[in-house]
Amino acid sequence: MDVAIIGIGIHPFGRTDGVSGRQQALHAVREALRDCSLDWSDMQFAVGGSRDGGDADTLVADLGQTGLPFLNVWNGCATGGSALISAVASIQSGASDLGMVIGFDKHPRGPFNADPESMGLGAWYGETGLMLTTQFFGLKAQRYLHDHDLDPAILSTIAAKSFRNGALNPNAWRRTAISEQDIASSTMVSHPLTQYMYCSPGEGAVALVLCRADKARAYTDRAVVLKGVSFRSRRFGSFEVFSPWLSPERGDSPTVEASQAVFELAGVSPQDVDVAQVQDTEAGAELMHMAETGLCKHGEQEGLIRSGATEIGGSLPINTDGGCIANGEPIGASGLRQVYENALQLRGDAGNRQVPGSPQVAFTHVYGAPGISACTILTR
Amino acid sequence: MTSRAVAPGLFAERDGVPHLIGSACRSCGTTTFPQQDGCPRCTRVDMQPCELPRTGTLWSFTVQAFRPKPPYQGPEEFTPYGVGYVDLGAVLVEARLTESDPEKLRIGAPVELVLEPFRTDSEGTDVVTFAFAPTAPSTD
Repeated sequence: MDVAIIGIGIHPFGRTDGVSGRQQALHAVREALRDCSLDWSDMQFAVGGSRDGGDADTLVADLGQTGLPFLNVWNGCATGGSALISAVASIQSGASDLGMVIGFDKHPRGPFNADPESMGLGAWYGETGLMLTTQFFGLKAQRYLHDHDLDPAILSTIAAKSFRNGALNPNAWRRTAISEQDIASSTMVSHPLTQYMYCSPGEGAVALVLCRADKARAYTDRAVVLKGVSFRSRRFGSFEVFSPWLSPERGDSPTVEASQAVFELAGVSPQDVDVAQVQDTEAGAELMHMAETGLCKHGEQEGLIRSGATEIGGSLPINTDGGCIANGEPIGASGLRQVYENALQLRGDAGNRQVPGSPQVAFTHVYGAPGISACTILTR
Repeated sequence: MTSRAVAPGLFAERDGVPHLIGSACRSCGTTTFPQQDGCPRCTRVDMQPCELPRTGTLWSFTVQAFRPKPPYQGPEEFTPYGVGYVDLGAVLVEARLTESDPEKLRIGAPVELVLEPFRTDSEGTDVVTFAFAPTAPSTD
């Protein structure tokens, strides 16, 4: 049984002083309900998650205490994907026809400070200054550029696209185009990655109303179909964040397996994808994930990017809403932002950043600590 | 001036020569750093401590350019430090690097283990951690 997304809502990403994470979530929920002309009391279940914004299920105090089953989900960067998996399972099992998925967050300024002991690592790992996601991104990008003989300048080209697309997105945080030269010469954070190549933790909220696809027409004529959602954790040998050691035996990243799984579920191939949102916590991540997801081959990225293929008007538009680089990363909301953007693109509602030619197949991908990935395929 | 290791069981000195202490799976041979009880590759619980080689090659590198937030406990006055993965054959170990100029770091370059104080604690004791140092000048 297919599951459809019939309503979508978003609270603008970035920094909204004086508005709590919960208030941003409420805004997104009400927008999603308005989008499909339904009420909170119509929802048969809800699933939601946030890292720093509060417990999702407490939203019922404001939305209405209808007694619905409301699951809190926390699964790092795959919180949104995990909430979607749970919602799809609830609908496909026949337990429910209609429900809500919510992701929101509001992080303090600056990079995340992870707790080594909660991740099974010695306190020394954090104490000596090895436990930084920014460092991992630098280390992984450095090795990847070396392995595939890619020009580091491509990192600035990727980030410049993110800011250009963000400038077209009224809900984005960073809405000013920045030149490749300014990106390359911004403060070096973790060689070879500069400040403007990174996303920052931020704020935002997204809500989606899901229902059985065969009942979607009762509510809207603008439904999109969630053809597949997948989640994978890491296999032995993959190169992941917060790893005091790696095996010399290289294994595939969880991105590879989550992507393969979702394409199989949806019955489409990477060549069928008309628009893609991939995890770009920094420019190197977009570069690597283009290939790990199967959208292109390793080493092909530079040619594709320089030819304009990943631009909104190109053959493989990537991160059309500006991605994490322009939107920031409120962890609980970030994966659902990608789905929101793809729903807009498939409906033809993406305004001045609309992918031309009526896109039919849309892909999303997130990746995060300690080696997890979630992907979705949406179709019209 | 007294000193202490940042954590027990990470490294030791024998005849004045430092080495890291990992663990090797008696079943499948997988080597981990630091030591752990279970094997992440074959899932068995049959690991024994082992000394890791003290020289290797740089597998990847970056430079930590800003002072990290806690749990980092290095000195308030921040000096950038290199970070890399070092290929020791049976295992790649993540470590601080004594070199912090990216122009002087190169994938494949030979490096060797050193122990170095990275901060002084509130009692005035030097806290020692492990790092890798280039063993030959980089030529490109």
